[in-house]
This record gives sequence, C-alpha cells and structure tokens, in this order.
Amino acid sequence: MAEDLDQLQTASQKNVANAIFKASARSPQYIDIANDYLKGLTMGIDDVVKLQKKGLSQDEKKQMRKQSQEDIKSLNLAWLNEMVNTDAQLREKMSLFWHSHFASRNLNIYYQQLLLDTIRKNALGNFADLLREVSKSAAMINFLNNNQNRKDHPNENFAREVMELFTLGRGNYSEEDVKEGARAFTGWGANLQGDFVFRKFQHDNGDKNFLGKTGNFDGDDVLNILLEQKQTANFIAKKIYRFFVNDDIDDSKVAWLGNRFHQSNYDIRALMEDIFASDWFYEEKNIGARIKSPVELIVGIRRMLPMDIENEDVLLIVQRLLGQLLFYPPNVAGWPGGANWIDSSTLMFRLRIPQIIYASDQFDLQPKEDDDQAMGIKEMNDGPMRIKGFGKINGGQMIKAQISWDKYLKKFDDVQKENLANEIASIILQVQNGVAENTLRKFTDNSSREGFIKSATIQLMSTPEYQLC
Amino acid sequence: MLIKRRQFLQAGSLAATSFMLPKFLKAFEKPMMVPQGNKVLVVLQLSGGNDGLNTVIPVGNDIYYRVRPHLGIEKVKSLILTEAVGLHPSLTALRDLYNDGSLGILNSVGYPNPDRSHFRSMDIWQTASESNGFMSTGWLGRYLDAQCSGCDKPTQAMEIDDILSLALKGERIKGLALKDPARLYNTSHQKYFKDISAGHQDEHTEKPVDYLYKVMAETLSSAEYIYQQSKLHPTSAQYPKTGLGKDLQTIASLIFSDINTKVYYVSLGSFDTHVNQQAQQQRLFTEMNDAVKAFVSDLKSNNRFQDVMLMTFSEFGRRVSQNASGGTDHGTANNMFLVSGGLKQKGMIDAMPDLNDLNEGDLKYQLDFKSVYATVLNKWLGADDKKILGKSFSHLDFI
Repeated sequence: MAEDLDQLQTASQKNVANAIFKASARSPQYIDIANDYLKGLTMGIDDVVKLQKKGLSQDEKKQMRKQSQEDIKSLNLAWLNEMVNTDAQLREKMSLFWHSHFASRNLNIYYQQLLLDTIRKNALGNFADLLREVSKSAAMINFLNNNQNRKDHPNENFAREVMELFTLGRGNYSEEDVKEGARAFTGWGANLQGDFVFRKFQHDNGDKNFLGKTGNFDGDDVLNILLEQKQTANFIAKKIYRFFVNDDIDDSKVAWLGNRFHQSNYDIRALMEDIFASDWFYEEKNIGARIKSPVELIVGIRRMLPMDIENEDVLLIVQRLLGQLLFYPPNVAGWPGGANWIDSSTLMFRLRIPQIIYASDQFDLQPKEDDDQAMGIKEMNDGPMRIKGFGKINGGQMIKAQISWDKYLKKFDDVQKENLANEIASIILQVQNGVAENTLRKFTDNSSREGFIKSATIQLMSTPEYQLC
Repeated sequence: MLIKRRQFLQAGSLAATSFMLPKFLKAFEKPMMVPQGNKVLVVLQLSGGNDGLNTVIPVGNDIYYRVRPHLGIEKVKSLILTEAVGLHPSLTALRDLYNDGSLGILNSVGYPNPDRSHFRSMDIWQTASESNGFMSTGWLGRYLDAQCSGCDKPTQAMEIDDILSLALKGERIKGLALKDPARLYNTSHQKYFKDISAGHQDEHTEKPVDYLYKVMAETLSSAEYIYQQSKLHPTSAQYPKTGLGKDLQTIASLIFSDINTKVYYVSLGSFDTHVNQQAQQQRLFTEMNDAVKAFVSDLKSNNRFQDVMLMTFSEFGRRVSQNASGGTDHGTANNMFLVSGGLKQKGMIDAMPDLNDLNEGDLKYQLDFKSVYATVLNKWLGADDKKILGKSFSHLDFI
C-alpha cells in the first residue's frame, strides 16, 4: 500500500475503488501447507475408523497431531504474509472478515487450509455459495459436531450456529427451528481428507417444520430457506458495515445495504461497491472510527514499513497477546471486535509494537553520542533493555526485523523540514494527530533528517491514534 | 478520604521506586489499604459448559446410570460425600474441603428460558441479563461502576488473563486484565507514553480516540501500583506448574499485598465435552483440584482463608443423557462450588437435581444464578446488589 499512496492522493474515489476491485479480481492461489509426512499417513483413508484400523502406533498418532499443529502455525504465517504482500488487499481483508464470521477451531491442517481456501475464493463472490461450501466443509462439520448428527441421535450444534451466527442472528428463529433444522442436517459428514460425505443411512427422511415451511428437507433445503429470509441479508450487511465502516451502526444505511444485498442474490462484490460508492463512506465521522483488529494492525505496520523478519514465529505470540490468533477464534462467534480489542494490557502492547520492531532493528546500528539529544533519544534507547525484560516472560522473544526504509523515505524527498512531522502524521494516521510536535521531538532522533523521519514514524505509530482506521 | 489516599499513593509509589519500602510506610499503609476483614472474591469460570452431573454425582440415583450407561461414574469410583452424592474422582481436594466445612455446593443453578449457545449463555452469566435481554456490561463491571466512582486506580477487579472478559466491563470502568503484573508494568512504563497521555486534549466525546486515551491513562497509573504491590509479599508456597496453578499463585501474591483488589477472575477450559468427555473432564479437574488445593493451603497459612471466597460457575450444564460420541450435549442448570473458610452454610446447601422431573431431557433450574450474585455482592462485597443487577433477587444464607 505504501507505494500506492501517491496515486491514492490524486485519484478520484471511483478510480481508487475500481483499482481496488481489479487488484482483487483474480482467484487466489491455494495455500497448501500440509506436510508430506501427514499426506503419506492419511493417503487413501476416508474414515477415522479406517485410520484406526491401519494401526498407527501411539507415537505416530502423536506425531501426526503435532505435525498438524505445526502446519497450522505455518498456515497462519503464510496467510499473514499474503495479506502483507498481496495486491489483492480487498480480497484478503474480506477473507479476514469471513474468517471471523465462519469461525472454526480445528487442529486438522487439511480442514483448516481447505476452509481458508473456500473463504478466500468466495470472499468477494456470492454469499450463498460461500455459505453452502462452508457448511459442507470438514472444518465446520467437525467443529460443530455434525459428524455426530444422526437420525435418532441429533446433534444440534451445527443447526443452531448456522442460524445464530452465519445467517439470521439471534431472535429470528425458535428452539423448535433448531431441533427441526438439526434433523435436516443429519447424515452430513466429512472424511479425513476433508471431503464432504453424505451418509444417507444416518439421514432423517421424515417431514420437518422449519421456519414456517414443512417438507422432507435436507441440509441444502434448510440453507436455501435461510437464504430466502431477508433477515439473512440484513444480518450480513450489518456485520460488514461494522467491519468496514463504523462500529456505530446507522440503521437506515444498513437497511438500504441489506435490501440491495438481498436483491442481488447475495453478490458480495456488489455490496462492497455500494459501500465504496456511497458518499457517507467518506464522511469524517466514518473515518478512523474503527479500532484495528490485531491482525489489521500487524499487517498495516508491515505494509507501510516493509521488513524482513528473522524470527517470524514471534508474530504468533504477538497475535496471541493482542487477542487474535488466526485459526484460533475464541469461539464459534468469532472475535467480537471493536472496543473489545482494548483493555489495559492489549492497548499497552499495541503501543509498544512499532518501538519493539524499530529498537531491535536499530539497537547496534545507531549508538547515541550526542548528549544534547539524550533526554529524548534515551527513552527510545532504553527500549531494547526493557524489551529483553518483556521478552523473558514470553520465552525471550524479540521481533528481529530489518525495515527496508528506502521507498518510505523517498516519499518525503520534497517535504520541507518544518513540514515533516505533519506530513508523516498525515500518512501514518487516519485521524487528527493529537501529539504536539514539541512533545514528539523530545522522543525522536533529531540529529539527521533521515533519523527524524524514521523515529517520528515509529513514535506516531506508537499512539492511540494509530490504532484507528 | 480521597485526598488522603492520593497523597498516600504518591508517597507509596515514590518510596517503592527506591527499591525498598521503608517499614514505617508499610505500617502506615496497612490500615489504609486493607481494612480488617477485607473480603475478596475469586471467580473461577469453567468455560465450555461443565458437565455438572459428572461433577457432583447422584450416585444413589438409578436414572442417572440408566441414561448414562457408558459415561456414568460408578459410586465406588466417586468420592463419597453422602449416601446419595459423590464427587468426581479427580476432586480429592474438594472432598477434603467438604469434610473440613469449607465447601458449599449449590445445585440446579440456572435461569428461565435457558440458552444452549456457549456464547449467548456465557453472555447471560457474565452480564446477569435475562435470557431475552441484551446488556453490554458485566455484573462485576457494574460493581466497579457502583463502587469505584472517583477511584484513580481502577484495580478493584482484576482478571488473570490476556483478554478481559465482558463480566468485568462496566459502563464507565473496566477491570484490568493481566496475566502477570510484571508484563503489564514492562509494557507501560515509558516516559513517551506518560507525556502523550498527559498532553492529550480530551474532548470528552464518545470517539474511539478519547476512549483509547482514557484506557491508556488509567493503565499507566495502575500498572506501576499493581507491580509494586505484587512484589511486596510474593507467596513462597509451592503451586502446580499449570495454567491455573500459576494464575492462583499470582492472585495469592496480590491478596497478601496491600492492594485494594476485591475481585479476581480466572478461567479454565474447555469443558465443551461433546466427544470423549471422560479424558477431557478428568484432565481439567485434575488441574483445578491441584491448583485449588495449593491456593487454599496458602491462604490458610497466611490466615486469609476466612476472607477469601472462591466461586465456580459454568455457562450451562449438559444434557442428562449421554450422546452417541462418548460425551454430552449442551444442557441447562448446573452446580456451583463455593470455597471459603468463612461460609455460614456448608456442604450440600440445597437438594440434588430431580431426575424424575426433567424438561425434555434437561434439568430444571431451581435457583436463579442472579440470586447467588446478589448474595455475594451484598453480603460479601458490601455492594448495592439491586442497583448492580437492576432488580431485587432473594438473598441466600451461605454467607
């Protein structure tokens, strides 16, 4: 994004929106992480029972679980890197939205990478397709126990969540609908490779009464009935409004979006075009009105300041500390977002991250020798020492990163010295900069132009204002 | 009073930075910060919906064994409390507390029109809302709102976690989430943050940026205070090296300090045992049992067991019948444990659930959990329960 900034400032809103959609038009590459060892073990096995029959030793099973968890970490970092490096920003951002909407915790790497692929492929496509594919994904079927949903022994977990969280939202269905819906989903299962399996002998073929309709419904019928409900379009539109526009809902705008979304038969791209083409999207009250999610924060820093990270795994710890570890949502409802991201400890850690990255980068390279600046610089110089202390608690972690500053610095070539702080703030922050320049200058490297740009950028990223988008 | 407290805190933190707290200050601060009989509540959330029937087991009930042919825990394997009641085999420390008169068990706790969604039912328990009502504040958060107006250090309620639960979020005041006092201190102690915080022109709007600056200012003032307190009297007792063991160790160290924290909140999970319940519940109960054992013993040897009450809850119990996958599905009413040296009622406080009188295979609740909250708020924490819960609930007699 950093390199597009200059163009963004001159282009019209419509052109920018078009460019954003165009960049996200191509179908994404499948992120295939699953380790060959795992593939060998599960090759040709379509059932847990058969896997047990194959007679894996305890060690092999343990190794398999461990490998799978390791692979999920790799999948996390691979997707994070994709978010950082891709031109298809909108697609990945929408995917992040759906990743929380269709939240699934699962220790099977196949299931996770297949669900992610489904989400990324359909992120800007059709919500009906996305809902159907997710509902038939091994990740969701297993997470919500539909493999155990059998005729005479219904398991309601899937049927409940599909209504509460994926389509209608609470209060728009009855407990009876949950029970009847669960009967319709009986027999929906998945095998070890993650393929959908319909087990017809486990399916309940009796009539079901679901949302005012009666018939021998199966899972597809129930999904279709849910998609017919206008409430489903409203529910999704509201959630997307929250994610892209403002946590504070404007009911009339959401109703308009929901209506259009339903009319378009759930065309997600059209919904997003509606949002980006609206004047209200660019109103001041809707800019910087959202608190970035931890992943948005991390990705945003890395897009603005491209960097090589020596110990990438540390980003998993950062995600965890900030309350959003990809592939590990708190529950099926996903991450609640908004002010929920912020409490004492998460806020303070957010504020420290840019400094932590910068300090480890600069620690040996820029010894301070000018006492005149010591009172300001010292604060930043103290950083690494405390970071080490901080790191000890988390197993001695530091973010060992080399920032590539060249492109970023070039943006300021034509900026006069006295305008530098303002210019940096206008690029870094979405909202009005609240840090007075004389305060800022106490904590920046004022010995050179370059040093000032770098340190002022980092310090302005270490503010409450930077948490907003 | 407020001014005195501010002066004291300033003096206290100055002294603390000089590494050792002078003895005269310690002596001065005790009566100020920890009034005799200061009551502390520790809430232990069993996340995921713990299976209450395999926790406090109706070992004298044939129906239990009939509907749980595989999952039912045999009487001889349970830890017998009475002829009709046994505890889960892993809960040996709780059995000892029962014999000691330091354990209270509340049965069939729930609420009308129970919700079987984790998310929603946890919301209901954490906010103390009705089943059809929605609230954005937690019951302990509203306790903070009521108790702590004018507090410059909102340390009255603390969650030992990286993320703060809704339970501790009030309208105006939020509890503090911290996994470790040193971590919070290390991430906040910096002059740059102090300066930009001081320089912020608060427009007193509802804008997110003002909210962020407010949280920042409160954190800066609290972090140092908590950290210094945590170093005053760190517990020397041995705790298990488990998640909950470490959390209760942190809580003990703070209880033994002079901090003004009245409520601690900690979670253990996941108890969502749809599949393979036996192994999962046993593992979690072993962790809980060993951690609580160490905690109680530590409190006793520091003469604080009378003043501390640990209370467990879960968002719901589970179905009375086992399911086809070696587990149980989401149910309704559940039991709660109360652990303290200061209980007025002990042992089985009310009747075991009636398995003859079910609602479509689920337990009927007999006791609204909001009555338990009202009792704790009013009788233990000395707060206005009606104001906090929005209406009057009958008080129980266990404290």
